[in-house]
Amino acid sequence: MSDTRDRRLLTRRAWLLGTAAVTLGACDSSRPRQGFLGAMERFNQRFQSALFDPEQLAPEEPAEALTRPGAFPQYFISDRVPLAPAGWALQVGGRVARPGVLSLEELRRMPRTDYRIRHHCVEGWSAVASWHGVRVSELAKLVGADPRARFVEFRSFDAGYYSSWDGPSAFHPQTILAYGMNGEPLPPEHGAPLRLYSGVKLGYKMVKYLTAVNFLPEPTGGYWEDRGYEWFAGV
Amino acid sequence: MPHARRPQPGPVRLAHWANVPLLALLAMSGLQILTAYPMMGPQGAPYGVYPFQGTPPPEWARLGAWLAGGRHWHFAFGWFFVLNGVFYVAWLVGSGEWRRRLFLPRRDARDALHTAAYYLRLRKEAPRQEPYNGLQRFAYTGVLMLAILEVLSGLVLYKPVQLHALTSLFGGYDPARLVHLGILALLALFTVGHVVMVALHPRTLGEMVTGGRRHE
Repeated sequence: MSDTRDRRLLTRRAWLLGTAAVTLGACDSSRPRQGFLGAMERFNQRFQSALFDPEQLAPEEPAEALTRPGAFPQYFISDRVPLAPAGWALQVGGRVARPGVLSLEELRRMPRTDYRIRHHCVEGWSAVASWHGVRVSELAKLVGADPRARFVEFRSFDAGYYSSWDGPSAFHPQTILAYGMNGEPLPPEHGAPLRLYSGVKLGYKMVKYLTAVNFLPEPTGGYWEDRGYEWFAGV
Repeated sequence: MPHARRPQPGPVRLAHWANVPLLALLAMSGLQILTAYPMMGPQGAPYGVYPFQGTPPPEWARLGAWLAGGRHWHFAFGWFFVLNGVFYVAWLVGSGEWRRRLFLPRRDARDALHTAAYYLRLRKEAPRQEPYNGLQRFAYTGVLMLAILEVLSGLVLYKPVQLHALTSLFGGYDPARLVHLGILALLALFTVGHVVMVALHPRTLGEMVTGGRRHE
């Protein structure tokens, strides 16, 4: 009687230990896109896309919430602040009816969007600034992007930094190609002459120092995404 | 009582022991995430109430090796913690056990105070235990509420814009982050007290493992 009970307890313990070993073995922090962590990440990506509401706007922040000058972190992967090459223009390509290049002047003549919202960094900090620029959805209209191109890729002259976005987030009304910050032209430390800004993604998705926007039928990766960070990264 | 029942039925033991690895994994991967920015408050306006501004948590307390690793562990196992909580609360409600286990202030407040006085050596009589005294009900109900708040504040940090109604309830993203870390400290404090009490009353450990003797 107690013998069977012991055996049952033993089997249960073996089963628990086995499960723990399999689970932990499938969790490799340096390769979080694989194994059990990878499967959960794919689940989380579906969860995030399902939760994403294209009508949900990031709330406007009051002027008092503005991060004080100099305290908004500057970030780029080059050794020095990347400076725009002479004759800079934005290349627009992929599945579009009218591929081509747009100068900053041409972008400034397009409808302008302004907002003051909170920035959420993957590291955990937040900061507030106001931004102005032209919506990615306006750009898509201008170049005649194919509706089947459900992903948008943003490339930069900051040592090859790039990121690709899902269409619904890229065409969100608060996703803009920003050429201004806090009422001034965009400074080089924050991505001049043109950067991506949005209320619905973590900071690393918002590519600075833009050189190209491509409307694509497939997602590509991204600088941090290729190193193991989440691809969707919505907030 | 119509059936013979054990002091700790199977669902309680299952949910209880599942919490042990889940809380450890979540706490450690959470501290790995905190390491990336060990400050509280928005950029340029750190909170005065947080005493450890700029101090990263010790390495032995972290899991995930780097920020992306910590995030993947945290967001993978957070769901299992939520599932375990939903299972436990559904069982509490479905079985009617909530009446015996949850703290109902009008019934339990007096007994909770008496029990606290007993442990502080202010009273001689031992508290009654059927199955829990008022202080136990207070502690276990309190920790359940903390766990719920921990999940809700975590959801704010995960999706502050999509869940912006919840974000406003916490007073914003950075307040929710402080709450999320503060509750972790309270949960750790509870765990220490819990283990000390179990050491003082070892019978309860046996009951949480085997279920205990059936009462007729």
